[in-house]
Amino acid sequence: MPTLTVPLSAAPRPLPPIPWRRMAWVTWRQHRVAMGAASAVLGGLALYLWLTGRQTHHAWAVVSACHPASSSICTRSRNDFNTSYVPNAVAAVVMMQLAPALVGAFTGAPILGREFETGTFRYVWTQGMGRRRWALGKLVPLALALGAMAGACSALFSWYYQPFFSDSFQTPLAPVLFGLRGVAFTAWTLAAFSTGAFAGALLRRVVPAVVATLVTYAGLTLAAGLYLRQHYLAPVVSRSLDLPGAAWIIGQWYTKNGHLAFNGVQKSAVNADRLQHFCPSAPPTEALGHCLALHGYTQWTSFQPAGRFWPFQWIEGGWLLVLSTLLFAGTLWLIRRRAA
Amino acid sequence: MNVIESHGLGKCYRGTWALRECSVAIPSDHVVALVGPNGSGKSTLLNLVVGLAAPTVGTLAVLDGITPGSPEALDAIAFVAQDTPLYRNLSASETLRLAQSLNRHFDRISAEARLAELGIPLKWKAGKLSGGQQAQLALTLALARRPRLLVLDEPVARLDPLARSDFMATVLQAVSDDGVSVVLSSHVLTDLERVADYIILLRDGGVQLAGEVDALLDSHRVLTGPTVEAECYSDHPVIHAQSGRTQTHLLVRATATNPVPAGWETHRVGLEELTLAYLREPGASALPGPSRAVSSERPNEVRCPR
Repeated sequence: MPTLTVPLSAAPRPLPPIPWRRMAWVTWRQHRVAMGAASAVLGGLALYLWLTGRQTHHAWAVVSACHPASSSICTRSRNDFNTSYVPNAVAAVVMMQLAPALVGAFTGAPILGREFETGTFRYVWTQGMGRRRWALGKLVPLALALGAMAGACSALFSWYYQPFFSDSFQTPLAPVLFGLRGVAFTAWTLAAFSTGAFAGALLRRVVPAVVATLVTYAGLTLAAGLYLRQHYLAPVVSRSLDLPGAAWIIGQWYTKNGHLAFNGVQKSAVNADRLQHFCPSAPPTEALGHCLALHGYTQWTSFQPAGRFWPFQWIEGGWLLVLSTLLFAGTLWLIRRRAA
Repeated sequence: MNVIESHGLGKCYRGTWALRECSVAIPSDHVVALVGPNGSGKSTLLNLVVGLAAPTVGTLAVLDGITPGSPEALDAIAFVAQDTPLYRNLSASETLRLAQSLNRHFDRISAEARLAELGIPLKWKAGKLSGGQQAQLALTLALARRPRLLVLDEPVARLDPLARSDFMATVLQAVSDDGVSVVLSSHVLTDLERVADYIILLRDGGVQLAGEVDALLDSHRVLTGPTVEAECYSDHPVIHAQSGRTQTHLLVRATATNPVPAGWETHRVGLEELTLAYLREPGASALPGPSRAVSSERPNEVRCPR
């Protein structure tokens, strides 16, 4: 019987890629538990902020309506407010600090870590979708979903914390608070998530990747709060003893006759006895500065004005987003390169 | 058409060559068995073929000139990896849906019918299935893609004899129904005789024996005779000699028409016997075309970086 043979490789026509939407169900089915847990953590946190926030706002409305503000009744009510609501706020801050790390590590690390651990990457990377589209189809929607949840949480926290700022004893640039508001919180969450994804691809195990992510994240937040953030913009250096309220003070030192005094050590580290030697009657606050000024000492302060909150937010959000993008790119590179 | 064609192919993992100087041309429409001792490069070669790994040196093309790992290659090759990895927490039905989502072609109806035939309930989690059922599910997923080439890496290594036989029966059914080409690596030599019609024996990352099973079996004979005469035997190349006190079995390269020395008996060799003989004799080789022995000296042009 004659057979018609058609050369199979006659028309090397490139195949159209499989549409992205096909990844939607795959991503949902395989990460719904992790994303459910993340929503539970962030949702629970949001619920806490909402419930305690309403109480706080009501109580603060009463305190701030008190008139005249300097009366003893008003002072006492302000003190009562602080003893009742500051512990809640501290708890909220601690939870907000932990949430991005936990959510990012536990959703990010298993994406590739589990595939390597169970060997299923050999299955899923040999399907028609191709591993690059598969990875993008997972990482991008999950990152967007986490970012949206984190953004909502941080907006709620900003509202929650308003009363404590109107008291104006806190700077919005304070290391424990800065990363919880504005765009920084979302950016930190994305950074934790991308670190988790990268660690999973690099270490190929879920638990080590989670641990590595938490350690890296802790190191990064500490480094940012203690060393990096104060250098985002050149600090303002002032010899004024009357600093703007809510400024973030970076350093304070003294000079006398154009030379550093007290061996150039910071104000906080200057031996109290030595200061008392000059100004025995002055309490160690602003009055001390005035007293030292009379002895020819100049107090210098470098600080970041509170008005730089938003520029700092964009700078921090920006570099964290760049870092996250690099980590995603690194993850894709590892997926492309490290196989079998 | 060649389903796999490699030239001077090498893959290095952290300073050692897992596969080296591997040149093969595997024709289509065959069930090709890839055998060899542990560490001979079987899995490495298959990983390169399915695009999971990239060659360090040499060239490799699949299905007549397609680059492994390209969209065209991913589309046309189905792979069942060692230990048949599946998502354990997905049900059989969800596993099918996942495969359907990730591929251009996926015959879900036939896959569901096949699972029903096998008695695998669609609602069961893949992790709850027996080893044999998991292997069958993985094979069903692969075949429902209607691949042109099916690559199986040690598919039956962990299965009991019954599951092994069922698995191979499914493979053979697909070969006769769809005309899919199959390349499978295996330690289990007994199963190969029934399924493979082409064999490639790898040793130390190189090809020691390659050819159609029938041709190889026809060109080898086993001669049995007195041990005292065995030393003098020189009519045909002896691949392997197995000597007892009185009798010796010689595997020689000869056909059924070649004369037999007086006092010796001859019989046809089995695939398992032939493969074992070559496995025991690293120096022997039988290749189509110009014969090339596997030598321990390797060209040292390309370094394997650590």
